[in-house]
Amino acid sequence: MRIELEDARDFARGAAFLGTGGGGDPYIGRLLLEQALKRNGPADVIAVDDLDEDALVVPIAGMGAPTVIVEKIIGFDEGEKVLRTLEARLGRRATAVMSAEIGGLNALYPAAMAAHLGLPVVDADGMGRAFPELQMVSFNILGQRAAPMAMCDEHGDTVLIESADNNRVEKLARPIVVQMGGLCMIAIYPMSGRAVKDTAVRGTLSLALRIGRAIGAARRQQRDPFDALFECLHAIEHYQHARSLFDGKIADLRRETHNGWATGHVVLESLAGRGQFSVTFRNEFLRAQRDGRTVAIVPDLISILDLETAEPITTENLKYGQRVRVVGSSVPPMMRSARALEVWGPKAFGFDEAFLPIESTREPT
Amino acid sequence: MTSAALRIGIDVGGTNTDAVIMSGRDVRAAHKTPTTADVGSGVQAALSEVLRQASVEPDRIGAVMIGTTHFTNAFVQARSLTPVCVIRLAAPASTSLPPFVDWPQPLQQAIEGHACVVRGGYNYDGSEISPLGVAEIRAAVVAAKKADIRTFAISSVFAPVNDSQERAARSIVNELAPGAAVTLSSEIGRIGLLERENAAIMNASLAGMAEEVIRSFSQSLFALGLTCPFYVSQNDGTLMGPELAMRFPVLTFASGPTNSIRGGGFLSGIDDGVVVDIGGTTTDVGVLMNGFPRESAIAVDVGGVRTNFRMPDVLSVGLGGGSRVRAHEGRVSVGPDSVGFRLLEAALVFGGSTLTATDIAVAAGKADIGNVAAVSGLDARLVESALAQMRSMLESAIDRMKTSANDVPVVLVGGGAILAHRDIRGASRIVVPANAGVANAVGAAIAQVSGEVDHVYSYERDGRETALAQARSAATTRATNAGASAGTVRIVEVEELPLQYLPGGAVRVRVKALGDLAAFAEV
Repeated sequence: MRIELEDARDFARGAAFLGTGGGGDPYIGRLLLEQALKRNGPADVIAVDDLDEDALVVPIAGMGAPTVIVEKIIGFDEGEKVLRTLEARLGRRATAVMSAEIGGLNALYPAAMAAHLGLPVVDADGMGRAFPELQMVSFNILGQRAAPMAMCDEHGDTVLIESADNNRVEKLARPIVVQMGGLCMIAIYPMSGRAVKDTAVRGTLSLALRIGRAIGAARRQQRDPFDALFECLHAIEHYQHARSLFDGKIADLRRETHNGWATGHVVLESLAGRGQFSVTFRNEFLRAQRDGRTVAIVPDLISILDLETAEPITTENLKYGQRVRVVGSSVPPMMRSARALEVWGPKAFGFDEAFLPIESTREPT
Repeated sequence: MTSAALRIGIDVGGTNTDAVIMSGRDVRAAHKTPTTADVGSGVQAALSEVLRQASVEPDRIGAVMIGTTHFTNAFVQARSLTPVCVIRLAAPASTSLPPFVDWPQPLQQAIEGHACVVRGGYNYDGSEISPLGVAEIRAAVVAAKKADIRTFAISSVFAPVNDSQERAARSIVNELAPGAAVTLSSEIGRIGLLERENAAIMNASLAGMAEEVIRSFSQSLFALGLTCPFYVSQNDGTLMGPELAMRFPVLTFASGPTNSIRGGGFLSGIDDGVVVDIGGTTTDVGVLMNGFPRESAIAVDVGGVRTNFRMPDVLSVGLGGGSRVRAHEGRVSVGPDSVGFRLLEAALVFGGSTLTATDIAVAAGKADIGNVAAVSGLDARLVESALAQMRSMLESAIDRMKTSANDVPVVLVGGGAILAHRDIRGASRIVVPANAGVANAVGAAIAQVSGEVDHVYSYERDGRETALAQARSAATTRATNAGASAGTVRIVEVEELPLQYLPGGAVRVRVKALGDLAAFAEV
């Protein structure tokens, strides 16, 4: 499979869907991807099963603050140098690059780098969606080491972090990002093809592409884009419980501090005039409730889409009066395992309730 | 009532130029005339007619306010734009996406003279990414001059936090190309490099035309003996003087919808509701909240170019008086294409051969204009389904814009108001105020004046509360000095930007105060 120039918008749209409101506005990521595809031609995508056991796969990501991302635009030189730095440390060349996070911006950077470097990008990631913290990644949950981790800024200055403790890696990296002007490119969790097979969330890059394409194609053919979205999700194993949760108009947007977390609430009023729906977010949409009862909760996917175009809306772009549809989806079992839920389940986000699979909340009809 | 209370509002749209004379809250005279290619003669025609109607001597007019979509239209249609040399101060950062990335090709072709990313720029804390690339800037200016380009846009990473390098770069341009027009991104936009740079480029590309148009406004006024001050409406409904308008034409981009929403609110006396402006080609739906247009929260595209201006949140749908109506295999469609300014020759009721929304309104007996006999033979079912289509377009647009599920007051303005039904779903009541056809010009006439403060305070030394109070009071004073009536001034914007590169908790504070012009408010 390859990512072509005309896929860029679809890919960005699908990544925004999987970003569940977070992961950053994929606009700049899409422009970078288009730039790379125009210059270098399509990017090759390699399936997890096609990786050699001893292949060297390097996840690449941008790390930094959202306000910096839109001013200091990260580029190809930083991505290339950060990979070369890690390769030099490991004494071998990378076989492929990969996303750590398939939601939002960080879904697009590695694909852009793949086109730029002429390397394939692996059809997988470490979250299956977007999460706010570096340790919320399946590679960490399943015992991969984050280090050696390389960081590179626009000056080409690089830092290599070595530690056996993944939490220490994040702690050491944070102040360095600040010194690098609040944004840098990182290469982290270098791993073998075997390790990718054991620890990555599979097929998520092609999932993002399929979701984006389904919506885009339906619009061009003047079909209902939501029908196309659900057809697409229902045909994929583990996502078959995707369903529409609510149609409504945004009636309120509130931000508050809850159990020490800075949390936002978006309240929807039904278009049919019955019932109330609310979605709680912290960067990403984390919990959806209908009349006070939870109907979907992290790590299952909750996305808010424009009711007419099915364009996914990021939390910062929500506004009063928007007519939207809330869509939820089941996720692969590895994202719902007991170990995974400890790191990115409801309790990890300060909710005092257990994980409730979306398929168990369907109302009898 | 004193003579100073008389003011003129003008709206120069793509199709019509409207003028009103207002005395206090009353519209004394109103006139609509076609917009002319040179702008000035249309303005002059509208002005002399309203002066005649009101029997007013020009020396009794206290101020003239002009709102125009001329610059927006010119930009969107890539018409008469000046090629621009863009210099971005950023390298080695932000080189991967060069200026003009993601612009529609026709606009890029019309405007891109020369573009480069040179050394410079700041980090979020105001520290330098690199020292300014003086030699590179000199080379760019020389190259631009060689290509006969004398208009420049300069952007820098985090210019809103620190604009020193942009100003230094402008000095270099001025030194090498005296008289060149230079737009700095820090003068126009907010955080978001690409969007802010785009705004600076847009502004620069309109510089040549702005000078010409503003001069022609001023000549038209002078020719009629109007020696009073004149102002141009900005995006937020406030006024700027002609010198500022020449330098920043981009600040007029959203003044059209702003004036129509504010004008509709003023004429109807409604502070909270929906304003529907039905023109020749489109219907613009905006929302009034406390008498002000609701602002858009997301990035706004102008002609396909992404910007981050503060603009009123307006939904445009392709329904207007000139919208073409077609019947095909039993299905009737209305718009989105329109005969536009050719309505007076193209529509059936005006002797033309194109079926338009106006013809449908006349055939249905909702309006009595032109030759009614020309549409008497239309198939009744066609008329009915076209009407139903128009109704549902309006209803769905209103529904998409209103915030609550409750019905809201709807104000109809614009020349195409005849198209609307008087019972629209979602509307608690429908108001078509007197002079609805010239709401834009009224909106320009009631524009407000502002006072702004942009100052760096030390929160450690002064304390945040004291500093903010000082800034508010200074902004209020400035608004009053600019002519605002003291009782009407309110603070509409407070922005705090911590400057971490300076000691002592330095914070850049921007405060904007708004008020009604004193002469107007007293009445």
